[in-house]
Amino acid sequence: MLLELNGIRKSFGGVHALTRGDMYVESGQVHALIGENGAGKSTLMKIVAGLQRRDGGEMRLKGAAVDFAKPAEAHRSGISMVHQESLLAPHLTVAENVFLGHELLRGPLADRRAMDKKTSRLIAEHRFPLDADQRVQTLSPAQKQLVEILRALQSDASLLIFDEPTSSLSESETVEVFKIVRQLRDRGKGIIYITHRLIELDEIADNVTILRDGETVHSCPRSEITTQEIVHHMVGREVSAIYERGKLAPGEVKLKADLPGAAFEIRAGEIVGIAGLMGAGRTELCQTLFGITPAHEGSIEVDGEKRTIGSPRDAVAAGIALVTEDRQQTGLALDLPIRANITMAHLDAVCSGGLVQAGAEEEVAESYRARLRIRAESSRRRARQLSGGNQQKVVIAKWLFRNTGVVLFDEPTRGIDVGAKAEVFALMEEMAAEGKALLMVSSELPELLQVADRILVMRNGAIVAELPRETTQQEIMHHAAVGA
Amino acid sequence: MKSDEYEMKLQIGMLQRLLPFFSLIALFLILSIASPYFLTATNLSSVVRQTAVINIMALGMTLIIVSGGIDLSVGSVLAFAGVAGTMTMVGSGSVMLGIAAGVFFGFVWGFVNGFTITSLKIPPFIVTLGTLGIARGLTLVVTDGLPVVGLPKEHSFLGEGTVGPAPFVLLVLIVCAGIMHVALHSTKLGRYTYAIGSNEEAAVYAGIPVGRYKIAIYAISGMLTGLAAMIETSRLMTGQPTAGVSYELQVIAAVVIGGGSLTGGEGTVIGTLIGAFIMGLLSNGSDLLGVNPYWQQAIIGAIIIMAVALDEARKRRFAA
Repeated sequence: MLLELNGIRKSFGGVHALTRGDMYVESGQVHALIGENGAGKSTLMKIVAGLQRRDGGEMRLKGAAVDFAKPAEAHRSGISMVHQESLLAPHLTVAENVFLGHELLRGPLADRRAMDKKTSRLIAEHRFPLDADQRVQTLSPAQKQLVEILRALQSDASLLIFDEPTSSLSESETVEVFKIVRQLRDRGKGIIYITHRLIELDEIADNVTILRDGETVHSCPRSEITTQEIVHHMVGREVSAIYERGKLAPGEVKLKADLPGAAFEIRAGEIVGIAGLMGAGRTELCQTLFGITPAHEGSIEVDGEKRTIGSPRDAVAAGIALVTEDRQQTGLALDLPIRANITMAHLDAVCSGGLVQAGAEEEVAESYRARLRIRAESSRRRARQLSGGNQQKVVIAKWLFRNTGVVLFDEPTRGIDVGAKAEVFALMEEMAAEGKALLMVSSELPELLQVADRILVMRNGAIVAELPRETTQQEIMHHAAVGA
Repeated sequence: MKSDEYEMKLQIGMLQRLLPFFSLIALFLILSIASPYFLTATNLSSVVRQTAVINIMALGMTLIIVSGGIDLSVGSVLAFAGVAGTMTMVGSGSVMLGIAAGVFFGFVWGFVNGFTITSLKIPPFIVTLGTLGIARGLTLVVTDGLPVVGLPKEHSFLGEGTVGPAPFVLLVLIVCAGIMHVALHSTKLGRYTYAIGSNEEAAVYAGIPVGRYKIAIYAISGMLTGLAAMIETSRLMTGQPTAGVSYELQVIAAVVIGGGSLTGGEGTVIGTLIGAFIMGLLSNGSDLLGVNPYWQQAIIGAIIIMAVALDEARKRRFAA
């Protein structure tokens, strides 16, 4: 047994991130660690990699009890974590990144040539499409992921942890990464593969361990469990049952898009889902509709009126809102109070005589706080202090207050916990019931099937299929991956 | 329980936030005791007059820094606007026209800064570093390096006049500060300034015309610098092409000591006023107590670092 984790516990200031993390990893196997966002996957792996200290429980590496205080200690013991590509230094070369923190030295000086040579050798050995002296900023996301893998290979680790390596990769790049993971497994390395994408499991996993709410709920060989059972373990019975949407008769056409590769309508009261693989053009579609990357051809009509949308400002004026994929980056002013975030897109409504009326603003913000059940003592608190789910509710409140007829949701449940997800869905349903037209992009097929009235499938930048809500995950994947 | 902890944090945070204010009071008390000349009408008026120029410029800088920007050109713009204003005054014989011209040229430079930043998408640090040189150079070219003289006597009222017991500049400062305070807290301009400084991208995504507001922010700050320039010329009764050298440092320091964050999204008018007066008192106190003026610069430098260090510590504790 390469790695044994028994009853690992960890809490952060009273919040239990892990209550019982169990996992047993063998050499020469790919062990998938799955669970929803917030289930404790990352925390468990950070403990293994020495990035965090456990509060309790037992960790054994090759039979010996271990406790890492620093990443360097885990590293020396042969554990290496392949992070998402964001942790590289963009201005340095591939070789410099591979040896960052572990530079080869000749006397007091960095031995550049030796590092270049060793990196080139590794690249050749694994046939990576890279050069040792390329600057990282010129690389594609997949190549950056390969650089992260090189970092792990360089240290000759016996246990590699992959943290959602395909989350920013295209389909073909994903296939490449899978190939490399299998290659490493065949050389006898133990591999932990973190993912929340079930479709990847068939490709890659020998074993699965499922975490839910900080606890290991199931662990077995991949061949002994169905995808349905995995979903059941991930989500838990109580949550999968709570959401069943009544069918509403759709009203007038609110949004009519006639863009290259994407012609569709959304009616009042409808929630239209967009499915597709990474890089299929789903986020790009939202960005075009919202004027971030304006369309050069085609047309967009809102409420039967043709609108030119050249900027987010135009979009908002036309009655289109976007709940973005990355709320910290583009959705919220984190250091401003909740109330300022809620009124930001519609400040005129709380202004009178050119001045913002603090009382009116407070009333608005407090009413949304109550209605959306945003968990904060007061709307004066900074948005930064909220959990992911509550931050998402603030973003939604902003657009509810602006009261646009069309609301686009790009991955609305990313990074929020299970309970908040159900609340966000309920809100979306409420918005639809009010006669708004909703578009929802999601990589989580079960969520799309749960929420959307119909599903448009995108592939290579174009809509390739429209499926009713009674469709299946298999059907969607079929269209997304290979086409009808 | 959690709520109590939060309340306590909030109160500690509040106390730390008031630290500049307490420092100002402490400084005031210490100087009152240490020097018999400090607490006199003449000396206090002179402190107000000395700090008014920096103070008024710092009001504009507050707006810019809250928006996440910076303006290094204010010292040079002060010289340009002062020279242009006094030349107009001498040429036309009208004090009001001269002052209006000074404010106008300040506005123009602010507009140029804002427009260049938004249209060419160059960081404000670089743009205003450039205009720092350009404005100073043009000022020297226009004047041939010589001061503008022969200003009408009435012009001295702006900088040196009194209304009742108070220096006239104090009234000017109070009015400007009052307007800026309301603008920053209760107008769309102010709210958008905080939003842009806190997260520019999110502001764009909320449909705010960010570019237009940024230009307005720099232009307003430019107007205030123009006004400060005319106060400076009134006190000197000449238009000096070399006026305002390194004022940008004092102005930025006032904002930062008062709690403004160079990463944007934070800063208040009251904080800035306190920051400017702390520096004014330090300099006045050093003069009264006979501290070597060379030391003054070093002391102010150390205080800037200390103020920011304390503020950062507060924010870190608060965010945790």
